[in-house]
Amino acid sequence: MDAVSREAQISAKDAWYSGRSKDWFILEQLVTKDFKLKYRRSVLGVAWSVLNPLFMMLVLAAVFSSFMRYQDPSMGNYAVYLILGNTAFQLMSDSTTQGMSSIIAAAPLLKKVKINRYIFPVQKVLFAGVNYAFSIVAIALVMLVERVPLGPTALLWPFALLMLILFSIGLALLLSALSVFFRDVMHLWSVVITAWTYLTPLFYPVSVLPEWLRGLEMFNPMYVYVTYIREVVLYQQVPSLKMHIACVACALVSLLVGYLSFHRHEHKFILYI
Amino acid sequence: MSEPIAMADQDSIIDVNDVSMIFNIASEQFNSLKEYFIALMRHELRFKEFRALDHIDFHVRRGEAFGLVGTNGSGKSTMLKVIAGVLKASEGCCQVRGTIAPLIELGAGFDMELTAKENIYLNGSLLGYRKDFIDAHFQEIVDFAELQDFMDMPLKNYSSGMVARIAFAIATITEPDILIVDETLSVGDFLFQQKCERRIKELVDSNNVTVLLVSHSIDLVERMCDRVCWIEKGKQRMLGPTAEVCAAYKRLGA
Repeated sequence: MDAVSREAQISAKDAWYSGRSKDWFILEQLVTKDFKLKYRRSVLGVAWSVLNPLFMMLVLAAVFSSFMRYQDPSMGNYAVYLILGNTAFQLMSDSTTQGMSSIIAAAPLLKKVKINRYIFPVQKVLFAGVNYAFSIVAIALVMLVERVPLGPTALLWPFALLMLILFSIGLALLLSALSVFFRDVMHLWSVVITAWTYLTPLFYPVSVLPEWLRGLEMFNPMYVYVTYIREVVLYQQVPSLKMHIACVACALVSLLVGYLSFHRHEHKFILYI
Repeated sequence: MSEPIAMADQDSIIDVNDVSMIFNIASEQFNSLKEYFIALMRHELRFKEFRALDHIDFHVRRGEAFGLVGTNGSGKSTMLKVIAGVLKASEGCCQVRGTIAPLIELGAGFDMELTAKENIYLNGSLLGYRKDFIDAHFQEIVDFAELQDFMDMPLKNYSSGMVARIAFAIATITEPDILIVDETLSVGDFLFQQKCERRIKELVDSNNVTVLLVSHSIDLVERMCDRVCWIEKGKQRMLGPTAEVCAAYKRLGA
């Protein structure tokens, strides 16, 4: 009865979304698809999203904790220091690596249906965001076990994440557009990510770096985001105004560059995919 | 020349105005930055022009069944891409008024690992359908595809014909302004093809839906279409009533 009346309401003529809500529904479907596929046929399923960052943290802690601890006592709890940095970096590296090939992967579809092309890189970033949401459970577990309290400053955490996601969307847009024209960007980017991992203080304190390199870290967006997140979650401090500006600026610059380069060339994608 | 203009004023839904599509075929394909910059430095970026479509001009009216015929590589697919809006014409313009529903083939809007049910939602979203609309018409789609017992099975276990059934069912559950039917359909069995033909006829008879049919099966084109455009090597060879054009096209093989 209910179904019949609903059917009558939505006739075959107005079956379509208009404007942005169409894109949202596609994004919702695609991210759900990614999520389902990632854990299909695995026994532990979603638990892996929690276990992954935990294992990573345990390995790094086992290897580095003994000599890192004496380097700089201001690091605070090393396990929490590690997992906060790693998960944030993972969010960016997953977004960009997956986002980079997203346009090429969507080629059969883009050749047939008119869809806003930005959807595909954004899909991959949002999916990485969903994974980050699960690693928050892992972070909470580590903080519980290590008895690290959570202060009200943690309310600024979502702000940092939003900026990090915007930053990643910008990068993913830029990389996905570049890789359409030059496939070697894909190989190059894995090298960049590896180098970036080591250049960002993820498992070491910034104080171990030589003076000149430390000065350069302020220009490393990932250093900015990781430090911000550690300050609000681990050290319970409100970051300086300068940090806030840096967070926003990195996100906006990346988004602007990404959007402009993507938008300028997207109509040519079809000729190269 | 006066005839097409008169037709454009009269409720025409697809206007292909003198469309040409030119591809720059690089004498070499650059897939790496290094090669590209070396060529750029040496001023060796040369392109060869290739006209995939050469001054194509036709107008399709609302509620008409329009066929595109031509031998392999003659530019039919390129024409469809221009109409679907995924490819921008190099010269001329193509105007389409209304919603387009293409049949999405295997490997494009479908994911092999997902179940048929999940794929219906995914596909529907890609066509721009509203979620509540798919909810309300889900059973109708399943019934039309006749795949009730296989809804929770991953698509990789489906045959290509079964996927084509779903694709057709999703695309025709709405009343799109333009339905694009291409070779995707030909993998279905004869019973299903008959069913599809009936459905297309229904849509055409409703006078709201314009059907664009691209097929190598000249019989199908003859049965379904009101008018046909024959494109050969990118050039518009003939445009007119189905019987005339098909007869001329068939003489190609004789």
